[in-house]
Amino acid sequence: MYEAVIGLEVHCQLKTHSKAFSPDSTSYGARPNSCVDPVSLGHPGTLPVLNRRVIECALKLGLATRCRIARRSVMARKHYFYPDLPKGYQISQFREPICTGGFVDIGRRIRLTRIHIEEDAGKSLHDRDPHATLLDLNRCGVPLLEIVTEPDLRTAKEASVFLQKMRQLVRYLDISDGNMEEGSLRCDANVSVRKASSSGLGVKTEIKNMNSFRHVERAIDHEVARQIRVLEAGGTVTEQTRLFDAAERQTRQMRSKEQAHDYRYFPDPDLPPVEVTEGMRRAILLTLPELPDARRHRYEEDLGLPAYDAGVLVEERHIAEYFEATHAELVRVVRDADPAACAKVVSNLVMGDVMRALKENRGAAFALAPERLAELAHLRMAGKLSSTGAQELFARMSREDGSAAAVAARHRLLQVGDEEALRPVAAQVLRDHPKQVGQYARGKRTVLGFFIGQVMRRFDGSPDPRRVRELLLLMLDEKVS
Amino acid sequence: MAPPTFADTRAALARGATTCEAVVDAFLQRIAAHKHLNAFVHVDADGALSAARQVDWQRAAGHAPPLAGLVLAVKDVLCVRDWPLSCGSRMLSGFRSLYDATAVARLKASGAILVGTTNCDEFAMGSSSESSWHGPVLNPRAEGYVPGGSSGGSAVAVAAGLCHAALGSDTGGSIRQPAALCGVVGLKPTYGRVSRYGLVAYASSLDCVGPLTHTVHDAAIVLDAMAGQDERDATSVPTRAPHVGQKWLHDACGLRLGVPEEFFGAGLDAGIQEAIKNVLDRLRAAGAHVRSVSLPHTRYGVAVYYILATAEASSNLGRFDGLRYGYRPEGHENMNLEELYARARSEGFGKEVKRRIMLGTYVLSAGYYDAYYAKAQRVRSLIRQDFDQAFEAVDVLVAPVTPVPGFRLGAMTRDPLQMYLSDTYTVTANLAGVPGLAVPAGVHENGFPIGIQILGQPFDEARLLQLGDLIVRLLGQ
Repeated sequence: MYEAVIGLEVHCQLKTHSKAFSPDSTSYGARPNSCVDPVSLGHPGTLPVLNRRVIECALKLGLATRCRIARRSVMARKHYFYPDLPKGYQISQFREPICTGGFVDIGRRIRLTRIHIEEDAGKSLHDRDPHATLLDLNRCGVPLLEIVTEPDLRTAKEASVFLQKMRQLVRYLDISDGNMEEGSLRCDANVSVRKASSSGLGVKTEIKNMNSFRHVERAIDHEVARQIRVLEAGGTVTEQTRLFDAAERQTRQMRSKEQAHDYRYFPDPDLPPVEVTEGMRRAILLTLPELPDARRHRYEEDLGLPAYDAGVLVEERHIAEYFEATHAELVRVVRDADPAACAKVVSNLVMGDVMRALKENRGAAFALAPERLAELAHLRMAGKLSSTGAQELFARMSREDGSAAAVAARHRLLQVGDEEALRPVAAQVLRDHPKQVGQYARGKRTVLGFFIGQVMRRFDGSPDPRRVRELLLLMLDEKVS
Repeated sequence: MAPPTFADTRAALARGATTCEAVVDAFLQRIAAHKHLNAFVHVDADGALSAARQVDWQRAAGHAPPLAGLVLAVKDVLCVRDWPLSCGSRMLSGFRSLYDATAVARLKASGAILVGTTNCDEFAMGSSSESSWHGPVLNPRAEGYVPGGSSGGSAVAVAAGLCHAALGSDTGGSIRQPAALCGVVGLKPTYGRVSRYGLVAYASSLDCVGPLTHTVHDAAIVLDAMAGQDERDATSVPTRAPHVGQKWLHDACGLRLGVPEEFFGAGLDAGIQEAIKNVLDRLRAAGAHVRSVSLPHTRYGVAVYYILATAEASSNLGRFDGLRYGYRPEGHENMNLEELYARARSEGFGKEVKRRIMLGTYVLSAGYYDAYYAKAQRVRSLIRQDFDQAFEAVDVLVAPVTPVPGFRLGAMTRDPLQMYLSDTYTVTANLAGVPGLAVPAGVHENGFPIGIQILGQPFDEARLLQLGDLIVRLLGQ
């Protein structure tokens, strides 16, 4: 039996307005070569100046993953020649990265070796023109964080779960879109296999070019199987870099170890070391949001939500925050509120109507402000709305102004629950139909349905039929006896 | 007639005796008459005249800019918007700058009128201004001899009276050494005092932009106009005393001068030694305390310099690959990428540049980094400490600029090591980041100018300039 040993290098594109080392814009999808000032173009004489926002992003991720934060870290140059790398080197970090250690919990702890700051290269387009490679340098200098794990992952599935966890984290921290298809989250995998009984490491290969969670799983699965086949056939795995071909669903060799670059790293003399003071560290710590794991735990323990609900609600930070704002408002307006009961009502609304509407609007914005959703939830808790009534009211409120009660009244969505409203109407119905009252008195109990129908009709169907039935029974009994 | 200093021009303008346009026109005529010196690689006569007219209008309107009338040349390694930028190299054929270097922009904003760019060693690598793709620069003060380098064109432009002032760059002596060999004033400011933004990088941790002028006063004026922190250069430094100003000394009373013994060993020309002794005698007579000090790691300076500078150069010059701008080899349409890189860089760069790229690539290679680059950095710290310690006892250091008063054109091109060794008195200031000023200190028996070097504490340019001015006056130059 073989066991896979997997380590990941994740590149996460940061959501800053300007580039890592120049004031250029970083907008995704801009016209090719439109976000390029002389610095991005690497023109002679230009110099990089580190964008402070990038340090903040690195600190956020580093603190959220419990890394050690270096008081002083060093920007370094990584050299290689390629047309989409205008300076002939990439500014990165090498010997002294900003974050080391740390971990991500995917059910067990996956240790992080390091997180460091670097800049992106441009894009070479090989397939647009049959005679030339086209260059788009917009992406040059866009800030990235590279997250390197220890070889702690054991299956392709785990690798994919880790990446999803990473994605959730960077989105929670609001430092990246975490979008694999658009390339704002990218991943290379170092894969080796060994006999399950052994503790040493096999020879690894590096897989590049996996741009979806599914690709990551497939590529690793494929590579693990390939290595096992090689070993089983009595061969040896050679250290190399392999590219994943999504169409062919396989990896193929890109370069061997002998062809590996000597990047000639050295500290970038244009950039002073990155200093992180205790004050900066603390300030960033204060801005960190409650992270998904802590939040889920709190939803289950303190609010008594089922694990499923908690998991769905914390998946995205803005949804969790919306849930909490609505819940807080509901607890505030309900007399003697039971937070757990309120939580379940709000949870049902958020997981149902709210998320459905988000999906339909492609996640544009929430249909209702938390205060208005809380009003709706309040009506629901008071038994004044049926579940279908609640659904309709949600839809109406998202199009119309006014409080939940006003909109519900406007469209007669309220269940009339109180006796004071029902009793005079019921009395009138009984007065209007003496013949049927007589039948009832003689023992024909089925006319009760007729009376219920009459009362409901006069309220346009909104009262709770059970309450009407109880009231009519009471009144008929009084009358008959 | 001697060409005017900026102070002369200023006075003439104030008297109404001339206009900026007339001043520029006179310089343009001198430039044309001295073409054989090969000091300029680009002259923008129309641009300069139109800038001069604009300054004249401003003066007429009572809004004279502070440097009204200053005619400036710029070393061809500094970006001037829309002007060709070649760095003395074939590699940048056809390239024009998209922007002004910060130093250039500040001088323009102060009213300086730019006449053109000056020739230099290719990518500022050299001590003789012979390695330019545009051919060697000639020394107007010493026929058949090099003008020094790499800012040779700037030094010659000032020495021959083709402009009031010229900007140079100094990575290992490239302002001070040609200033000395051409008999003009050259200031290498403290590292970080003048923004490097727009200076084509040779060795980023050593490069400094500075002025070459006729007088110390003019050097102070030009430095003040361009110095100061720049948000586009993260290594530029906010200074407590941003301006050196124009306060000059009556005597040298209370000044503590150090004479670094390591700068006066074997290999120093007797005439230069004599000239410096003469200056020291006069300063002593003017009240200065002169004492000997030691900078014990000086002898490692050249070795450390040629490791660190070439390492950085190999990285900085990686961007010149013929792909996006600059030189493209013939037949490039049919080359694959690797071939294009190899041909563009083999043909685009000259011999000395390629030599330094190879050296620098080697010292940064896996397995050699610690033995060369990392070790050189440690020695650099020791050199810096030498200066720190010396400046505990003295205010400034006085030393020669060069070991010899100049050498013949072509004399050292076959012996690069000998050429490198001629940088021995200048490289340590760059390694330590301290300011250095070269001022004329007499004439050698062979008739060549001799320079003297004053080294100071970081950001103490004011004192260097004051002492330099005093030396010039004591020598009655």
